[in-house]
Amino acid sequence: MVTKAPQAPTATHTEPVGPSAPAAPAESATAPAPTALEARLHALAGSVPDPELPVLSLAELGVLRSVRVDATGHVDVELTPTYTGCPAIEAMSADIEQVLREDGQDDVTVRTVLSPAWSTDDISAEGRRKLAEFGIAPPRPHAAEGPIPLTLTVRCPHCGSTDTELLSRFSSTACKALRRCVTCREPFDHFKEL
Amino acid sequence: MTPTPTTPAPSATEAAPAATPAPDAPAVHTAALALGDDALVLSHRLGEWAGHAPVLEEEVALANIALDLLGQARVLLSLAGDEDELAYLREERSFRNLQLVEQPNGDFAHTIARQLYFSVYQNLMYGQLAATDSPLAPLAAKAVKEVAYHQDHAEQWTLRLGDGTAESHERMQRGVDALWRFTGEMFAPVAGLDLDREALREQWTATVTAVLQKATLTVPEGPQSGAWTAGAGREGLHTESFGRMLAEMQHLHRSHPGASW
Repeated sequence: MVTKAPQAPTATHTEPVGPSAPAAPAESATAPAPTALEARLHALAGSVPDPELPVLSLAELGVLRSVRVDATGHVDVELTPTYTGCPAIEAMSADIEQVLREDGQDDVTVRTVLSPAWSTDDISAEGRRKLAEFGIAPPRPHAAEGPIPLTLTVRCPHCGSTDTELLSRFSSTACKALRRCVTCREPFDHFKEL
Repeated sequence: MTPTPTTPAPSATEAAPAATPAPDAPAVHTAALALGDDALVLSHRLGEWAGHAPVLEEEVALANIALDLLGQARVLLSLAGDEDELAYLREERSFRNLQLVEQPNGDFAHTIARQLYFSVYQNLMYGQLAATDSPLAPLAAKAVKEVAYHQDHAEQWTLRLGDGTAESHERMQRGVDALWRFTGEMFAPVAGLDLDREALREQWTATVTAVLQKATLTVPEGPQSGAWTAGAGREGLHTESFGRMLAEMQHLHRSHPGASW
């Protein structure tokens, strides 16, 4: 069974909070459009594979928030963790710094921002397809606001059966639950909705 | 078991930060410290289950919950100061966590009772905090989604143990009863936390009561705190086992200041 996360707080708050978060405006509708350089660096940083799930890029996982370059050539990258305690965030930061340095950017800062909170809805369609291909049942989309909570079954990534059962709410990482397919009897990880 | 608290190395003592936030520190530091200490201490307690949990899935689940809490603690303590100094170089009386979270693990049912009481509180508290303009709001908005899973885990186990065998029922009831006197502290005011504490108490009581009743358990009726017996962790007064827990948690850092790997 799946617990519906509590109502998403009305996060009008855009102030980043993190171990080293100076005041900086989050991306908003008023942020200037990215320059060609920013767009290129964004694509580059976004192509870094997730350290835990290397089939996914950080862009597909939806954790890369913004890449900005100021007048001095300083590159500021905003990254958001999937879970507050996700240990992969440090590897992600280091990997992003490395690809940007290899591209010739000497002055790079990768910052962790918490707001707005990451959601499994931020995983792209391509990311979901790759997760399933990798043997991990992708997270279900959060039900759109409506009177009837929509609970879709979790499909077995091995045989496609929808007859699956929960074994444990927490699996190899906090972001996954352990399930078993009743049809093919294979256990599999399910990327929990967050 | 850790025998006695380790004496801090001289250099560590010199480098020790002011134990508590200065009197003129912003109230938000007090709030960040209180919530950060809750998360840190419970994270450590849950980590003590590693290698001891009843089944492998629970081993993994408790470690995952501990990791979520540690992540929250790191963000919160960083808002109050240097996270490492605050975690590893403060004395017992400077910690501001609830006495509930420092209580020893006991048996699995006892740990689940602690999880139930605390995760319901944390879920409601973060939910309220996320809607404020506090500097802690972004963390609360993030963490509340994680805590929803912690609460679900605790609820499902409470139902399974309470409504299970005679033995599991008795042990679950024992855990619920033993920790009840530490629950009142969750509704005490904390500087920098602008919460509707009356609503918090009502919703907490309603949720916990519903789960316990469904689990065929008796809702405890005793006092939820006592002047000299329970519920002053926010003021820096802690129960006996907390000192030993801290000694174990801090001893490496104090013995080898600046150690890393």
